[in-house]
Amino acid sequence: MNAAIVEALKARFGAQDFETSEFRGELTVVVPKEKIVEVCTFLKEDAALKFDLLADLSGLDMYTPVRRFAVVYNLYSLTNKHRIRLKVFTEEEDLKIPSVTGLWGTANWHERETYDMFGIVFEGHPDLRRVYLPEEFEHHPLRKDFPLMGIPGSLHLPKK
Amino acid sequence: MGLEHALGDSFITTKLDLAINWCRKNSLWPMPMGISCCAIEMMSFAGPRFDAARFGSEVFRFSPRQSDVMIVAGTTTYKMAKVVRKIYDQMPDPKWVIAMGACTSSGGMYRTYSVVQGIDQFLPVDVYVAGCPPRPDNLLNALITLQQKVQRGESKGSFPAYVGDKKLNEPQVLPIISG
Repeated sequence: MNAAIVEALKARFGAQDFETSEFRGELTVVVPKEKIVEVCTFLKEDAALKFDLLADLSGLDMYTPVRRFAVVYNLYSLTNKHRIRLKVFTEEEDLKIPSVTGLWGTANWHERETYDMFGIVFEGHPDLRRVYLPEEFEHHPLRKDFPLMGIPGSLHLPKK
Repeated sequence: MGLEHALGDSFITTKLDLAINWCRKNSLWPMPMGISCCAIEMMSFAGPRFDAARFGSEVFRFSPRQSDVMIVAGTTTYKMAKVVRKIYDQMPDPKWVIAMGACTSSGGMYRTYSVVQGIDQFLPVDVYVAGCPPRPDNLLNALITLQQKVQRGESKGSFPAYVGDKKLNEPQVLPIISG
């Protein structure tokens, strides 16, 4: 099935754009970020593929000079029972990735969480606010350069 | 009750204090501030097997206006701290706080940026309960310890309530009776 998915992607978008890899039967495709919505729309709406469920969306911080951040999309097809993982890399200077909320409603809170934890901005998101941390908090705690015990004075307690 | 303040310091008031404290300690109504897993043990503490009713604390009030002691049971994050403090501010004086469990007392295993490393940073805690989570017997022991403190007239007092930077009230501290 994985080979057929890669074939379908390459037939639709051309081979040059995608890095594919497979590990223990799990297919991973690296997608350029300007094409992510297009690719997701194709994967969701193609009659043979039908990836109708966004199982998970999360962020990654590699802490490398180039391609520091990534967003990972785990897709699942409820009808065909197959999976694919998409990765979109982005640089520290340009933390903007198009939002996929238009395709899967569940992406809304997942993208808000990724924004909260990594500071990745999802363009086109209807309501990009923090989910977990207080609104006035200025840092993104799942980044590798964030200290475990936090930054003193960044979170406030009630007065005694 | 206010009576002890109206009469000033005299033999009658000290004896009245003892009587009032006796009344208070035998009906400490808890405000269950169940934030995480310790809350399950706290429910067990109120249930028939451990039976907090023996000590007059069976009435779990889900309104801070009607409760005397807040049992903070669970990991308190910085975001939750504001909520806990707001509920504490709404409780009438005199009031007490039990910090239940390792997380509440010291941050516990959550040594991380988002968890308050001990709720005594923003609340006056009267009794700390060890354990992760503490057994209900341990919480009963904390209640008995608190009753002894109340009988002695001891309290950590209360913190003033704030709205922004404006202080709303002066904290009332119970009179201490020696002997």
